[in-house]
Amino acid sequence: MKQNLYNYILGIADNSLILGQRLGELTGHGPSLETDIACTNISLDLFGQVRSYFQYAAKIAGDNRTEDDIAMLRKEREYVNVLLVEQPNRDFAYTMARQFLFDIYHLLFLQKLEKSKDLTLSAIATKSIKEVSYHERFSGDWIKRLGDGTEESKTKMQDAIDGLWTYTDELFHQTEADKAMVAEGIGVDVTKLKETYYKKVNEILEEATLEIPESKWFQKGGKEGVHTEHLGYLLAELQYMQRAYPNMEW
Amino acid sequence: MTTEQNIDQILIPILEQVSDPEIPVLSIMDMGVVRTAVIENNIVKVEITPTYSGCPAMDVIGDDIKAALKVAGYHSEIELILAPAWTTDWITPRGRKALEDYGIAAPLNAEADKDVLLNDKRIVKCTNCGSQNTRLVSQFGSTACKAQFQCDDCQEPFDYFKCLK
Repeated sequence: MKQNLYNYILGIADNSLILGQRLGELTGHGPSLETDIACTNISLDLFGQVRSYFQYAAKIAGDNRTEDDIAMLRKEREYVNVLLVEQPNRDFAYTMARQFLFDIYHLLFLQKLEKSKDLTLSAIATKSIKEVSYHERFSGDWIKRLGDGTEESKTKMQDAIDGLWTYTDELFHQTEADKAMVAEGIGVDVTKLKETYYKKVNEILEEATLEIPESKWFQKGGKEGVHTEHLGYLLAELQYMQRAYPNMEW
Repeated sequence: MTTEQNIDQILIPILEQVSDPEIPVLSIMDMGVVRTAVIENNIVKVEITPTYSGCPAMDVIGDDIKAALKVAGYHSEIELILAPAWTTDWITPRGRKALEDYGIAAPLNAEADKDVLLNDKRIVKCTNCGSQNTRLVSQFGSTACKAQFQCDDCQEPFDYFKCLK
């Protein structure tokens, strides 16, 4: 039970950690001042949520582990984020498409997690929903603006959606920890979110005059710790300080 | 779960001296982030709640509360709580006025906020000239709790404190 809860929390938090790190890469590098600030604000929200999750996970672990140890000192195979969030920024269309495909899921997920029997997870969810609602509006707006924009912006956004589509199905795969926590009334049954998710995504894609990808081939593995090549590079940067100067504190 | 604050009267003047490090005109009491402050066995137990999860000001606010209480002769323990979640409704009328005077438009109610951030309705008043002829520049601003606006009459750019419900 304890181990399952710990793994379950990591399964939620790692998505936000890795996506937060990806967005953080845009600090000072965003395509415009406003989008730069927006992406890094979203990153900050995600890191804030991650801290709440990891503080709770550290408490459950009950040893000397801290939130920083959990965030910084695991090996690549021990991270259980979905493959979608570790995909690189490539261009702004990719960054927004990745954000959009995650935000729609994230909000649906949190709205269910809010009803969890676990009061800490429920409180984190309630808090996060307020923030993620703003994220979802932001990324959804950009899908429409670029999709229904110029010929070039449309081509780039369509490429991004097509390229990332293969990572969406994994969001709805259940892990062992998921199944155990659903049985306890703590976890969210992600398989039940799938229909609403694609309905919402497709609505916005249609409004953005984009094609809904037809591919039925989906990638998986992130939830089991088997990642794309991109995660290693991301972790090298994320973990650099703690690896080079162990136990360094802010 | 209760949304009531539980604060000893005697501690209020001390806590009112502590301000948000990013919005120095706004005391933490007017912001509504202090939920509990009670004296138990000569130790002040304080519970604060973050405005946004990632708000970097919370650590500083915790330290500042400790310091202010120490000056007044109290030892204290600060705890960060998440439930009930903070809402902009907890900003006091005095706090709203302080924000406006400082050049940050105060939060509207949730419905109006949705209109202004989503549907480009012109409801937010310019903090410089008072005109409602303003537009949203970005939903995200200089800190997690703010959006960027610009006045189309006097051209002044200004911050709007986003509504959270």
